[in-house]
Amino acid sequence: MIQISNLSFSYAPQSTLRFPDVEVKKGENILLLGESGSGKTTLLHLMGGLLRQYSGSVKVDETELSTLSESSLDKFRGQKIGFIFQKNHLISALSVEKNLVMAPYLAGLPINEERIEQVLASLGLSEKRKSKVTELSQGQAQRVAIARAVLNKPSIIFADEPTSALDDKNCNKVIDLLLNVASQNQSTLIVATHDQRLKDKISNQLILY
Amino acid sequence: MSLFSLVWNYLKARPLNTAINIVLLSLGIAVITILLLFNAQLEKKITESARGIDLVVGAKGSPLQLILCNIFHMDFPTGNIKLAEAEKISRNRLVKRAIPLALGDSYQTYRIVGTSREYADLYKVELSQGEWWNNVFDVTIGANAAELSGLKMDDKFASAHGLVSGGHSHDDHQYVVKGILKKSNTVLDNLILCNVESVWQLHEGGHEQMHHEFDSSFIPSRLVPSVASSDSTKEITSMLIQYRSPMGAIQLPRFVNSQSSLQAASPAFETARLFSILGVGVEILMAFAYVLIVISGLSIFIALYNSLKERRYDMAIMRSMGATRSKLFVSILLEGGTLTLLGSLIGLFMGHGVLVLLSMMMVETQKAGISGFVFYPQEWIILGGSLALGLICAILPAIQAYRVDISKILSGN
Repeated sequence: MIQISNLSFSYAPQSTLRFPDVEVKKGENILLLGESGSGKTTLLHLMGGLLRQYSGSVKVDETELSTLSESSLDKFRGQKIGFIFQKNHLISALSVEKNLVMAPYLAGLPINEERIEQVLASLGLSEKRKSKVTELSQGQAQRVAIARAVLNKPSIIFADEPTSALDDKNCNKVIDLLLNVASQNQSTLIVATHDQRLKDKISNQLILY
Repeated sequence: MSLFSLVWNYLKARPLNTAINIVLLSLGIAVITILLLFNAQLEKKITESARGIDLVVGAKGSPLQLILCNIFHMDFPTGNIKLAEAEKISRNRLVKRAIPLALGDSYQTYRIVGTSREYADLYKVELSQGEWWNNVFDVTIGANAAELSGLKMDDKFASAHGLVSGGHSHDDHQYVVKGILKKSNTVLDNLILCNVESVWQLHEGGHEQMHHEFDSSFIPSRLVPSVASSDSTKEITSMLIQYRSPMGAIQLPRFVNSQSSLQAASPAFETARLFSILGVGVEILMAFAYVLIVISGLSIFIALYNSLKERRYDMAIMRSMGATRSKLFVSILLEGGTLTLLGSLIGLFMGHGVLVLLSMMMVETQKAGISGFVFYPQEWIILGGSLALGLICAILPAIQAYRVDISKILSGN
């Protein structure tokens, strides 16, 4: 599913981040651990095609990301990858439903009302379908962000620090939810975190130094 | 879901900002629209009113007043001229057509004009009801005058001296409505037409015998055939002249102005002068409207620029979900375009609406024939221009959206 070899990336000429070679299989769950500044988010962004100027190789679904044009990469990202961030980054001008609809619309996929209802129901958000996102609690907003990430049935879900700001109870809820939706969609789940509480939840771990 | 739906939701999410931008622009567009409609209709009206009239001969005074009074019926007469003197000029070989006008009275502010049938022929006006005036105190009235004064066929009325209501009433003589004209969008719509003799009898009193069929020395006047051409007692207000050849434009005004008591004024020259006088006011108002539009353009630019700061995460998220750079670029242009399109549509609507209201509320606007239900091709230019303004104002923010660094924003740096 994902193959990384000889990968390095520089934000500035004097500071180059080098990453270990990694191979992630379809449906596998990986915990990407490391301290702040170790390059977890950078690796996630490289694998997700959000950063392009790298050396080495990043293959996702047998496709070398650097060979894709920018617009092809945008399309590839929209259709194959779902992102979840520490902050929910929902579009506040839109309702819950419209936030979800953005996922297939921007990826150039057909909008499937049934699928939206199904995902919302599976996350306990059916009643919030028409609500404004500004009216949601933090937990509800996070579930909407998860719904948006999985709506297109992506092959890979990248979650960047999804639990860092949560207490133990909510931390467990969110990670269980992520594992559950990834399993339902047969998606590969890669969670980048420095949250040690997740060590017991995902056994496949890659530690960055 | 569409890009427009996304843009619309963003505009709805900032109602105050959106409303201010739209109101500012629509005010500017409304002022321009009002000026455009008013100017264009007035110009058309003035051009049509002066159609076929090359020269106006009247008493000495302001030439512009002579034109305003005798062609547009918007001012007071400069005085009277002797019929015999006008007669001499009417017989000049350079004159093709000469029409007498005898003014002085009105009914409910609608001017009564003593004239010949040639005056109505000049504007190719047709009857809607009844017949043309034939006898003394018969009148044929314009469409607006009939509608707004409430006069109907065979109604009798007494005229008042002057042009304003409340003037001395000539109760001893009553005019009779013999015909009503079709609406022609000319100055005749607001006039009450009769023969010159009616005006003379009203002011001189008595029932003077005008016909001299049995007098062998009687040479009828070309202007008022019922009186002798040599009659030195009769007066008219003015005479409208049509040249026989372009030579008339060179020789006739000079010839007339050399007569001590007469003045000749060219409608073409005086209306050009009138437009240049009106033009100053119009230009000031136009400048004010353009300032409003520029301010609204700046306001749209600032609103889009500031909203980009708030929406950088939205942009980055959208990119992470597959939105291309060009989609974000177009969405910002669309937002600017939507704001200005809405502003200009509302402005055009307001401009037309104000004129509709004015024409409903003010008789003077109705008399001037100014309507809010007229559309000009220039309004497409206003619409296109404001759309272009929106796109120009949005281009810098759109470029910023195009350059959004998703990774940097999403990683919180």
